[in-house]
Amino acid sequence: MLNNILPAFLVGGLLCVIGQLLMDLTKAKITPAHVLVGYVTGGVILGGLGLYEPLIKLGGAGATVPLSGFGYTLVKGAIEGAQSGGILGVLAGGVQTAATGIAVAVLFGYLTAIVFNPKG
Amino acid sequence: MLNSKRAGNQTVVFKQPPVILAGYNVVGPKEGQGPLKDTFDMVLKDNYADEKTWERTEMKMLETSMTKVAAKANIPLDSVNYNLAGDLLNQIISSSYAARQIGLPFIGLYGACSTMALSMALGAMLIDGGFASKVLCSASSHHETAERQYRFPTEHGNQRAMYAQWTVTGAGSILLADQGEGPRITSATLGRVLDYGETDTNHMGAAMAPAVADTILNHLQDLNRQPDDYDLIITGDLGTVGLQLLLEVLKRSGLQLSNNFSDCGTLIYSSKQDTHAGGSGCGCSAVVLTGYLLDKLKSRELKKVLFVGSGSLHSSVSSQQGESMPAIGHAVSIEMS
Amino acid sequence: MSEVKLRPPSIAVTKEEYKQLTEKLSPKPTVLKNVLSAFIVGGIICSLGQVIVNFYMNYVGLAKTAAQTAGTATLILIGALLTGLGVYDTIVKYGGAGGIIPVTGFANSMVSPALEYKREGYVFGVGGKLFTIAGPILVYGIISSIIVGLIYLWIR
Repeated sequence: MLNNILPAFLVGGLLCVIGQLLMDLTKAKITPAHVLVGYVTGGVILGGLGLYEPLIKLGGAGATVPLSGFGYTLVKGAIEGAQSGGILGVLAGGVQTAATGIAVAVLFGYLTAIVFNPKG
Repeated sequence: MLNSKRAGNQTVVFKQPPVILAGYNVVGPKEGQGPLKDTFDMVLKDNYADEKTWERTEMKMLETSMTKVAAKANIPLDSVNYNLAGDLLNQIISSSYAARQIGLPFIGLYGACSTMALSMALGAMLIDGGFASKVLCSASSHHETAERQYRFPTEHGNQRAMYAQWTVTGAGSILLADQGEGPRITSATLGRVLDYGETDTNHMGAAMAPAVADTILNHLQDLNRQPDDYDLIITGDLGTVGLQLLLEVLKRSGLQLSNNFSDCGTLIYSSKQDTHAGGSGCGCSAVVLTGYLLDKLKSRELKKVLFVGSGSLHSSVSSQQGESMPAIGHAVSIEMS
Repeated sequence: MSEVKLRPPSIAVTKEEYKQLTEKLSPKPTVLKNVLSAFIVGGIICSLGQVIVNFYMNYVGLAKTAAQTAGTATLILIGALLTGLGVYDTIVKYGGAGGIIPVTGFANSMVSPALEYKREGYVFGVGGKLFTIAGPILVYGIISSIIVGLIYLWIR
């Protein structure tokens, strides 16, 4: 069990390094928000090409925790939806798989915003 | 033109230079820990100061500096003719609310970070023109109100560029009068808007330097002066990078420079406070003027100062649409006999 | 519209020259330091994620996929809490992409605007602003997954 923590550290760290380089070496117009959109889309594309699954086998949480992992979840759901339900399956598949994550984010986000106040 | 007080293209010279009777400032905790901490009249314990929102805090800061500067100058507030004020928020709401509390005839100004210098130039013109005998000139900014309006939510994680500046939490006021003891405003040069194409709203120093240089050049040309005629030429908030750009542009434009240039934004924070390129905001030049500069003028350590406010006139929408940032600089010369 | 005759700027620098001057004098980001910090902070957060998933699999007995979902949910909660406590922006200040890329950064980008604009009410403030920064992520993620799914269908 403990021997999957080091790969998670390394793979996760490396994925973040790529993001840092993108943020530092591109023009000021490319904001972190742009980089994140790139990551989720990148996860979708790599997942669709079958290249993200091996990264998850290698790094576990190091590949699922970064936002590209969320993209992988979306495309995996869309492809499974395609296999079982055609076009309607594609449309519903991605969102369905990501539903728990989205619901949790909305719920915890709302609760936290109510309880706390910004400190600046 | 009859009885002209104009000199050259952009400058006016005051026949009876108005007196700065007193200055008062209120700053946040970060400024109160900086190198100028002993020059501030009031330092808040945190950025809320017991108010429900940061906008209310900023309004309270302005109201405080306005009322207390009159007390410090020993002038009843209701004998002041005009209240000139401005800030960074949409519709200059902090100044409008403060003006509501003060109750004097109000002239709201927007010069972004050059507002303090702008208010001083206009206040002096009102007095020397015979339209007022006493004028309040104020400006303020608050780090959190500016961040949430122009940039990101305050708890949002982001890494700031090395040339970015930190908006000062501060409000400053001066009481200007037609007679009395104190440093005098002897001339004013109102600037024109210059846009040299900077689109990065984190790089305000670069956006403002050309406009500030233009105003300084015109001021010196109009009055036939050299930079050395002043003990100090101090800009509002160009920051460390903007100041370097200013000096380089002035050099290329033919000015003989010596060591008498400085910038309020580079003075207000120490490098330990990790603000990157220094302070910015209307409050920056306002609190440095009303504390540090006025102190040095009154003690005659400085006798002739050119105070040049610098402002970047972009809006939160214009930058999102990819437009470049128009900027302006306003100069007032302050002399102590 | 007639041609307006304006007095030209008094500074002796063209826009092109000024752009080059700005480029030369602007301090560059400390890339090496940032990359190292991003590696460490990102690595730590992902390791924490792995520890949490391991916990759900081995102590709570969840299946692999369920454990991963529960792990992601837990990290979202942690990111939200740290944002509410006013700590997460400091983590990103030092860790850069190490704090932005993991799903905890996604939580921060949802909670921070909701927290900030609470003063503007619960419907438009909190409710409306939850998706200011997270919105584009969902929009582009969902659209690209649909495109890939349709391509997959078409290939089959």
